[in-house]
Amino acid sequence: MKLTVNGKTRTVTAHPMKRLLDVLREDCGLTGTKEGCGEGECGACTVLIDGVAVDSCIVPLAHAEGRKVITIEGATATRTGKALQDAFVVHGGAQCGICTPGMILAAARLKPGASEHDIKVALAGNLCRCTGYPAIFRSVKSALKRGRAR
Amino acid sequence: MARAVGRNVRRKDGDAKVTGAAKYIDDLTFPGMMYGATIRSTIPRGTIAARHVALTDDFVIADHRDIPGPNYVALIDPDQPCLAVDHIRHFAEPILLVAHADKHALIDVHQRVTIETRALTPNYDPETSEACFKRISIDKGQIDFGFQISDFVIDGEYRTGHQEQLYIETNGVIAVPGDGAMTVYGSLQCPYYVHKALVVLLKLPPEKVRVVQTETGGGFGGKEEYPSMLACHAAILARKAKRPVKMIYDRVEDLLATTKRHPSIVRHRTGLKRDGRITAMDVDVIMDGGAYATLSAVVLSRGVIHATGPYRCDHVRIRGRAMMTHTPPNGAFRGFGAPQTQFAIEAHIDRISDRLGIDPVTLREINALRPGDTTATGQKLGKDASALPVLRDAVKRSRFTQKRKKLKGTNRGIGLSLFFHGSGFTGGGEVKLASKASLELTATGAKILVASTEIGQGTRTMHAQIVADALGVPFDAIDVHEADTAFVPDSGPTVASRTCMIVGKLLERCARDMRKRLGKLTPAQYYKKHGSFTVTSQYEPPPGLQWSDDTYAGDAYGSYAWGCNVVELEVDPVTFEVTPINVTAVAEIGQAIHPMMAIGQIEGGTAQGIGYALTEEVVMKDGRMANAQLTNYIIPTPLDAAPMDIGVMARPYQHGPFGAKGVGEMPIDGPAPAVINALRHCGFDVRSIPATPERLMSAFARENSAGRRRRTP
Amino acid sequence: MPANPTSLSLERPASLKAALSMLAADPALTPIAGCTDVYVGLQFGTLTERRFIDLWDLKELRGISVDRDVLRIGALTTYTAIIQSTIVQKRLPMLVAASREVGGAQIQNRGTLGGNVANASPAGDTLPVLAAANARIVLRNHKGTRTVAFDSFYTGYRKSVRQPDELIVAIEMPRIDGQQWWRKVGTRRAQAISKIMMAAVRGRDLRIAFGSVAPTVVLAAKAAAVLRGGGSIADAQAALETEIAPIDDVRSTGEYRMKVAANLLAQFWNETR
Repeated sequence: MKLTVNGKTRTVTAHPMKRLLDVLREDCGLTGTKEGCGEGECGACTVLIDGVAVDSCIVPLAHAEGRKVITIEGATATRTGKALQDAFVVHGGAQCGICTPGMILAAARLKPGASEHDIKVALAGNLCRCTGYPAIFRSVKSALKRGRAR
Repeated sequence: MARAVGRNVRRKDGDAKVTGAAKYIDDLTFPGMMYGATIRSTIPRGTIAARHVALTDDFVIADHRDIPGPNYVALIDPDQPCLAVDHIRHFAEPILLVAHADKHALIDVHQRVTIETRALTPNYDPETSEACFKRISIDKGQIDFGFQISDFVIDGEYRTGHQEQLYIETNGVIAVPGDGAMTVYGSLQCPYYVHKALVVLLKLPPEKVRVVQTETGGGFGGKEEYPSMLACHAAILARKAKRPVKMIYDRVEDLLATTKRHPSIVRHRTGLKRDGRITAMDVDVIMDGGAYATLSAVVLSRGVIHATGPYRCDHVRIRGRAMMTHTPPNGAFRGFGAPQTQFAIEAHIDRISDRLGIDPVTLREINALRPGDTTATGQKLGKDASALPVLRDAVKRSRFTQKRKKLKGTNRGIGLSLFFHGSGFTGGGEVKLASKASLELTATGAKILVASTEIGQGTRTMHAQIVADALGVPFDAIDVHEADTAFVPDSGPTVASRTCMIVGKLLERCARDMRKRLGKLTPAQYYKKHGSFTVTSQYEPPPGLQWSDDTYAGDAYGSYAWGCNVVELEVDPVTFEVTPINVTAVAEIGQAIHPMMAIGQIEGGTAQGIGYALTEEVVMKDGRMANAQLTNYIIPTPLDAAPMDIGVMARPYQHGPFGAKGVGEMPIDGPAPAVINALRHCGFDVRSIPATPERLMSAFARENSAGRRRRTP
Repeated sequence: MPANPTSLSLERPASLKAALSMLAADPALTPIAGCTDVYVGLQFGTLTERRFIDLWDLKELRGISVDRDVLRIGALTTYTAIIQSTIVQKRLPMLVAASREVGGAQIQNRGTLGGNVANASPAGDTLPVLAAANARIVLRNHKGTRTVAFDSFYTGYRKSVRQPDELIVAIEMPRIDGQQWWRKVGTRRAQAISKIMMAAVRGRDLRIAFGSVAPTVVLAAKAAAVLRGGGSIADAQAALETEIAPIDDVRSTGEYRMKVAANLLAQFWNETR
């Protein structure tokens, strides 16, 4: 089965019902995508398929076939990915780091003018237990501001 | 050169975490690795009659007979078997272990292993339990006299439930067997706890056991003692299989089997003068320990020491007991007993305030501990005691007094809580630990060697800041060795808000010693000339610190951090849902080494405290967590996040590194009582948490059936 | 632990026609699309089905249109598509509101309206809206199409009139004449399973529906009749109590659900005219 992961075309020999999360981690060796719950609840496994944020623990490989998948390892390819990564370090959005890849990818679709409410809605499917979220909101806001300045 | 301490330097672990490069336990594989699973009890109490295993030869199966040493998880009491032999004391108690090279082969393994059991009647009530893990008494002054001189006596009972740590990375380890040796990699807080447990269980010399912490996706106490159990399991399988064995819990197993915060019942009887002065405090504390002792004795200890809150009182009697029940063992969770007892006292103080007609701020002002006052254990507080400053700052920032008047009679309420938290191990704990830290000179600077773990709170960065400044080198010149027992000394566990104040201080001393030896040379110059050397320092109590375990009197902690929370919230009259509108958290933590990370601790701990107050309910049914899914154990999402205003105050502690105290735990002590006091302000008399909409509805119905809406107890 | 994928099978038809033929030949296949529930069931071992047919790429089942004043939403329309649709925003804002409260962004990007209907959970977020909107479910098999009123679609807990060889192809809603009202009471503000939900329409017609209070979504006809006849809220609430049968579970209590259902009814009546 062919799919593009972080700009690179890959042929994966795996069952079409294999969880995309497992395909990325086991078949592609990309362990940056994390599993927190296995039920689409925590968002730690968030990746983008054709630019759309999904929980890769509840997506079959079949639905990534022929599509473009972006994981945290390729987040710099998104418009704000690099700015988000830097902001999560600088503004304390990342503590233990396990929710961070999913947070960054869930935030990657936000546009520069996004309000605090827009940010919360975009991240509503991502749980963090370390920060209580304010530092994550500050990180995203700062990254979006930089995205606009560029 | 710019100082590192007090500046928001770039986190050492930041870049690896935001790019996906950081390796957590489940990201690692070893050649020939197998996967392990645990067969657990499905009843809360009983005896094991037989084990029937219908598995083919490609499975590795282990039970208690495969343990070379004594069958217990070494911690405090040797009461908890690593694998059950005859008796089952709780649901999900481990009985058998199974490993296979294909992880999918383990999916239905539970159906192919039958544990025949005979059920016994379980007890879930700590008050009627006949088994006690620990009793503690604290006495100060003469309690009877304290009540004699009082004008009023006010009593009350307060209850708190279980709480799940809910680190987003579940527990996991990999055990790699060697020739008469064992290495365990894992997501854990305390490498030397795991080391000790493995040495005992495997009957190996200490040098043959190695524990390496991998990047850890949150702990909050949940990875303090539990990883010792999991590491023992993986090691038993790896030893038998002679192959590496990975064991990663899925979320359900993690929720069902691992420790939670101790539920509590706290009863207060308080004597007061008409003017609001407290004359007597009689406190009874019951902690539900669950099925085995784990850390219950020390959780109870911290709980009772904090049970009178940050208040002065000459006549105190505290009785605490940690009781056995037939639920999975409860254990460490951020705050460690103090959130339970400070919930009780702070809810109680607001009931007193109502009864006496003295507003909550004034009542606290009258009684708050000041420098020179003594605590319940008779500890005389130093100049850094900051109950009043944090109270005044929080009241001012939140406009508490104005809002308290304005919101009266509406669906909005505002409440506050005042609290403190001792940094480091309780009493003589630090002396017994005798922690060590080392610093090794490198070609470019120095390398930190400590067993303190980075679990998100910023250990590596904060330690490096302290060393950089004490050594007089740039922050980037300091490296931090991974927490690997083969290389780092035992710096004690990463718990109890001790990593900065205690271990940080050891590192500061190492750095100053190293500086002396370097003379006028830079590390690079010295290294070139003389090569590397390592400096080690060991804990010594600050002069004058005294404690007696027999009388439970003396200096319980080197220092305390102080906090005040104000919570403004709204109750929906249709659904009884509570929305926190604003949370003010003021914390006095001595010098903040890294202000942004310190604020991160305060915000994160406060959010966990709000969850504890309102939504986080472990639904126990027949001794089993009935809501063991992330969908049903309700922690806040980004849309639930309460807006927070954080104030950080600094009253330096003279024996802390650069004046620092502990910060990690304290923030979770205050939110729950502030929430409950805000609910009281808008008419809901709730004395147990979580204050779910269902409980609020019942409280509402109770008050309405009692006639008119009463605002006083 | 997730199921072993090798124990599963997946048919991937290229068209709706092909899908219907496959189902005709093998009605034991379980249709899947956004998979937001399928993988939860596989993870927890609560789903026993092992053979699936994938509808996700069937473009015929997507799309939102209005034809002869009937709003038609393709079964595979995601919550995100509903939220973004100006047509739905205008004609059926309560469905937009309900869709916004499903899971989080990732679930809204994958979960489908048809899936919510087919899954038949009493806590399905959109179901009270469909009941209040007097929706019709369009079913098709290889022989033809039939339309079932939403009221008579469910026959019991997680049971419906859909036959194994049929697919839900669309949900149709007539023009709504009246004010729409929606409220979900969940365990938190996102990623929440509902404790109770209410959707209602007040206009020439009065339709009131509740979710999570019985084995299937409940159309509170008696309560509506009381209100329509000019009865008091208290009488309507009393009538409602005879129509719903909420239970205790790990998320809430029957007592709470009963009380809040009554409160929601009053809130709806006060906020609309």
